[in-house]
Amino acid sequence: MALSRSGRVRAIVLVTGTGLLLTACGGAKVGEAQQPAAGGEGKNCGTFNLAINPWVGYEANAAVIAHVAEKNLGCKVVKKDLKEEVAWQGFATGEVDAIVENWAHDDLKKKYIEDQKVAVSAGLTGNKGVIGWYVAPWMAKKYPDITDWNNLNKYAPLFKTSESEGKGQLLDGDPSFVTNDAALVKNLKLDYKVVYAGSEAALITAFRQSEKQQKPVLGYFYEPQWFLSELKLVKVNLPAYTEGCDADAAKVACDYPPYDLDKIVSKKFADSGSPAYTLVKNFTWTNDDQNLVAKYIAEDKMTAEEAAAKWVADNPAKIKPWLPPAS
Amino acid sequence: MTTVAVVAARLPARRYLLLAVLALWVLGWAVFEGRDTLGLGGAELTPLHTSLNEGMDAIDDSRNSNPFFLYFINYVRLFLDEAVTFVQALISQPSFGRPLPVLGWLGVVALATAIAWLWGNGKVALLTAAGLISFGVLGLWQESMDTLALTLTAVVLSLAVGIPLGVWAGLNDRFNRLVTPVLDFMQTMPTFVYLAPLTLFFLIGPASATVATMIYAIPPAIRITSHGIRQVSHDTLEAGASLGATGVQSLRHVRLPMAKQTIIVGVNQTIMAALSMATIAALIDAPGLGKTVLKALQTLDVGTAFNAGLAIVIMAVVLDRVTSAASRRVEADRRAGRLRGTRRRRLELAGAFGVVAVLGYLSYTYVWAADFPIQANLGSYVRQAADAGSLWVQDNLAAYTDALKNVLTNTLLNPFEKLLTASPWWLVLAVAVAVALLVGSVRAALVTAAGLLVLVLLGLWQDSMVTLASTLVATILVMVLGVVLGVWMGRSDRVDTVLRPVLDAGQTMPAFVYLVPILGLFGPTRFTAIIAAVVFAAPIAIKLVAEGIRRVSPTTVEAAISAGTGTWQLISKVQLPMARSGVTLAASQGLIYVLSMVVVGGLVGAGALGYDVVAGFSQHQLRGKGLAAGLAIVVLGIVLDRVMRAATQRADVAAHGGVTHK
Amino acid sequence: MTVPSLTEPRQLDTDTPPVLAVRGLWKVFGPKADGVVGTTLSRKELKEQTGCVAAVRDVSFDVRRGEVFVVMGLSGSGKSTLVRCLTRLIEPTAGEIVLDGEDIRKADDRRLRELRRHRMAMVFQHFGLLPHRCVLDNVAFGLEIRGVPKQERYARAREVVDLVGLNGFENSYPDQLSGGMQQRVGLARALAADPEVLLFDEPFSALDPLIRREMQNEVIRLHHEVGKTMVFITHDLSEALKLGDRILIMRDGELVQVGTPDQVVGAPADDYVRDFVSDVPRSHVLTLRWIMRQPLMDESLDGPVLGPDVVIRDAVHTVLSADRPVRVIEGDDLLGVVTSAEILEVIAGGQER
Ligand SMILES: Nc1ncnc2c1ncn2[C@@H]1O[C@H](COP(=O)(O)OP(=O)(O)OP(=O)(O)O)[C@@H](O)[C@H]1O
Ligand SMILES: [Mg+2]
Repeated sequence: MALSRSGRVRAIVLVTGTGLLLTACGGAKVGEAQQPAAGGEGKNCGTFNLAINPWVGYEANAAVIAHVAEKNLGCKVVKKDLKEEVAWQGFATGEVDAIVENWAHDDLKKKYIEDQKVAVSAGLTGNKGVIGWYVAPWMAKKYPDITDWNNLNKYAPLFKTSESEGKGQLLDGDPSFVTNDAALVKNLKLDYKVVYAGSEAALITAFRQSEKQQKPVLGYFYEPQWFLSELKLVKVNLPAYTEGCDADAAKVACDYPPYDLDKIVSKKFADSGSPAYTLVKNFTWTNDDQNLVAKYIAEDKMTAEEAAAKWVADNPAKIKPWLPPAS
Repeated sequence: MTTVAVVAARLPARRYLLLAVLALWVLGWAVFEGRDTLGLGGAELTPLHTSLNEGMDAIDDSRNSNPFFLYFINYVRLFLDEAVTFVQALISQPSFGRPLPVLGWLGVVALATAIAWLWGNGKVALLTAAGLISFGVLGLWQESMDTLALTLTAVVLSLAVGIPLGVWAGLNDRFNRLVTPVLDFMQTMPTFVYLAPLTLFFLIGPASATVATMIYAIPPAIRITSHGIRQVSHDTLEAGASLGATGVQSLRHVRLPMAKQTIIVGVNQTIMAALSMATIAALIDAPGLGKTVLKALQTLDVGTAFNAGLAIVIMAVVLDRVTSAASRRVEADRRAGRLRGTRRRRLELAGAFGVVAVLGYLSYTYVWAADFPIQANLGSYVRQAADAGSLWVQDNLAAYTDALKNVLTNTLLNPFEKLLTASPWWLVLAVAVAVALLVGSVRAALVTAAGLLVLVLLGLWQDSMVTLASTLVATILVMVLGVVLGVWMGRSDRVDTVLRPVLDAGQTMPAFVYLVPILGLFGPTRFTAIIAAVVFAAPIAIKLVAEGIRRVSPTTVEAAISAGTGTWQLISKVQLPMARSGVTLAASQGLIYVLSMVVVGGLVGAGALGYDVVAGFSQHQLRGKGLAAGLAIVVLGIVLDRVMRAATQRADVAAHGGVTHK
Repeated sequence: MTVPSLTEPRQLDTDTPPVLAVRGLWKVFGPKADGVVGTTLSRKELKEQTGCVAAVRDVSFDVRRGEVFVVMGLSGSGKSTLVRCLTRLIEPTAGEIVLDGEDIRKADDRRLRELRRHRMAMVFQHFGLLPHRCVLDNVAFGLEIRGVPKQERYARAREVVDLVGLNGFENSYPDQLSGGMQQRVGLARALAADPEVLLFDEPFSALDPLIRREMQNEVIRLHHEVGKTMVFITHDLSEALKLGDRILIMRDGELVQVGTPDQVVGAPADDYVRDFVSDVPRSHVLTLRWIMRQPLMDESLDGPVLGPDVVIRDAVHTVLSADRPVRVIEGDDLLGVVTSAEILEVIAGGQER
């Protein structure tokens, strides 16, 4: 590297630098033209730590709550992207104030609500969770009786794959859920093998490809879920759920119970009297509401904030009852 | 032991013995099929898993009373949080009451380019500028800066811890022996296992993310530093000692300067490791590109994930090229005797930092230089293109890939897995020990026996066997690719130029980005997991083989050619055998990389240990089982590694009939 | 610069105590080395029975002040081990090493460092230079680690660099120098500390023959100029003969013979040494003392006069051109006579006397 060359480079850079400096004088200055970050004066709301669990339905709930908390209550909302387990731990460490869509999790409830007493329930979200076995719409159309579990064995050969050892394949799981599927297969004497897909993405891709390529797939799925608005999966009816039929996990031979999804908050947050707590407690909406916001996010590719703002603008009446009476 | 090995290596009957063992295995399998296979259902737990769970709970609960956590951990956490937050305040997050970070994009670009120019060269400086600007162009400026902040902080701290420990390990054999298995453990224990517990101690946020990253990034720093310190020429050290240098003096004046170049390679590897953790750390709210990728995965948004993945790849390539250039520069400067030209150097430094100061000030003051102009955002095109590409691939290739998957699964994977999982565990154990003894050493056989017994104790025998089958198949594929492409790349510079960026991308592109397309192609199957592992592990194997081929002395090649050797003979008789150490290294690194993808495999249908770990991360009552599965992966890694090492050592003995290195 | 011939007899003070005295030195590599000391087993037997290698076994010798003491032997005979034991770069297993009355083996770390910094310095076969330092810094390295201030150590380093003929290359880096020049740097580094004893471990065997000769002359020159005591390891006999005042020959760790060059060539202690020296042109090494004979009765004793320590080669002309026997006279005594017959016998290659 010759001195002259590096010198030249330096000179060029310097000249351009000064040039930029001179031309820049007309530009807007940082902090002058722009407003300081949103939020402004917290009306004694303060900071609201909201866990974001990794699925779109949850994000829809959280986005709307966060939007209302920021815009109507003036809270400073800190969103934390966390898996459920970690989010619950956050109650213990004081870093999470609220989880706004909880699917059962009885073990965590026992640990953090009953044993450690760091969390409390904040009521239902109004969303109904359904878990079950689903097939793609084309299959339901082509084999109408497939939606009855009694006929599943008849169709088992259709579902054979390289993974299922000659039996039909029942595609299981998102690892976040405890499933009874292995017990169900056994107890209903189905000629199927449970294969672990391992993630929601894997399940959805499998159903997508099933529909596109007319490839038979039977799999575990749940509602509400944004994907259902893309592809209306059809649920297979297992023997109907009755109270207590799933008491012994090993002997289960009935469908999953309907879930009433609920909200959990930290004890500290509940006792703080924060308006955000009232908001979380009062928050309830329908599956359709959630699906709409989820669709904005997942399919229309809006950011969560945009989606929430749009929905809130369209549904002012639904927000009213959530707000604390004072404001 | 060595004499046994020498004798055994020369035993002509060894190959037949091996065949006999395999034949006996098949026979035993036919007789005992399905007995004592120690299967365990997905949600079933053994007492050990329950007590592991309880143990972890107990640790959780002591968190607020145990002084170790109360004082030590808390202060570490505070320090880490402050450190990351400070760097974020400088380059990525609104800070000091301003709506924007202290340095805007122009300032960061200028600073990074100046650093690349001053310590690297003009070419990498250009690359740096282009790379950084591309973050803005992809519409991911802030996310990229968050990732950079986290990575740099973790790297600096990893080096601050790793280099001194590496020096110590280089100087002290006992410490080296002690630390090596710990490093193995840190590198093979799946992150998912310790991610959740970490947040209990270091809380959610930058501190936990930094610690998780450091756990993964410190091992290469220690290993490579120690290697560098060790390889300093004995002659020079002796010369120092003969002049009466003290231990400290010889470290400072002889070892460290002479190991400098190797240590920079360690820095490079540390950076790569840290960056590859960036996505996973996003699971515990680590800021940055990883979050974007994971968010996109929720909606199977391949385009967005790819866009962010691309930014990670670019960042990796820039950091890699700059550190490599810096290490080469150290060497070149010395040769040119340029280290002494301090006056010119000072001028250069002053000039460059002068420019940086000017641009930095602009980016501090003016919005156009602080906030990356939105008009330049081309991310949406990249997203659309990636989406279209992924869709096209899934729609048009799925039929073929499905067939490929079925053939390979049915002919290779299934029979092998059947043999492993349907044989009684004691039969598999006996066979494994016999094989380790035949291809390796007595010691390897002992390790194998102990390791497999641990798997039985962990209650995850069958899952381990399923994972073992996939791991071996993946490693074989990796080595096939490694040798074929590695030889090609090692023999041709043109191929090297074309292939290298692709390999870099394969190595640094977060697996979450390509999960969806490969799921589309192969469905949620073990084969998909194998493919993901191959995508990740093949690049390193290819690079190492190529490196080995290139190291073969040109004189030998010339001699062979002048003796009339054909191309194929040249490769098979000269270049590959002479590159054997490179190939061996490729196999062992390939294996480690494959194992590190076991968990990702669990996300795409591999089931077994990978799924156990993932489920343990997601479900409270499966935590203990997840931990056990993590341990099982570590055990598999150790056993395979030791057997492989013993086998190569034996091959060396057989080839040279005597002394081996180490 | 003229190179003084080594054949000129040198003034060695044989009366003053030796600079370096080595007594019963053992170095055994391997497990339970202490138990092996004193063994009489051969190397092979020892290796088979104990797994140990006795690299140096029971070696004793004195090095006199100002002499060049050469240690010679085949590869693996333990030369390097021996010379490293002298500064305890390799810790001896048994024996005594006395430098100027001080037993080096008893020195603690600190004292040992002092000794290495001030009293002994070593030059290595593969130079052992620091690649990241320029010539001047390499030479000054020894001074630097003993804490000499910068100015002073550079001044001294420049002096030594001049002395070894490297001026102009102060700022070059080792890999920019030829092998010979690199070894000059190694030499300068050793000289910089102004030690009493210089140790050389095969310093020139990595160099090509021409450079090697040049470097040997350089050593001879330096020896004359600075008059250091030198212990010089080599496996090259001609080098040993050229440089050595005395030569120690080793085989399998054992001392076989110590003596002046002409003693070694003229009276080899055993077949091993004889084999070793068989290729040496004896006339270049032996002195008249080795071939003179008592005058015969009828010989005329008025021929030319030569000293007994004149090397045969140098006497050839005088003896052959004289028509009478040449007298060998030391002081006033007639020791014997030499005629062309004796000379021709040696030159014609009579192997043994
Ligand atoms: N560190 C060591 N451990 C074990 N044995 C050693 C060690 N160093 C030397 N030896 C053995 O001691 C013997 C003498 O070695 P040494 O290096 O002193 O021989 P040398 O005469 O210098 O040979 P060369 O001319 O090849 O340099 C050899 O048999 C060698 O194998
Ligand atoms: Mg030697």
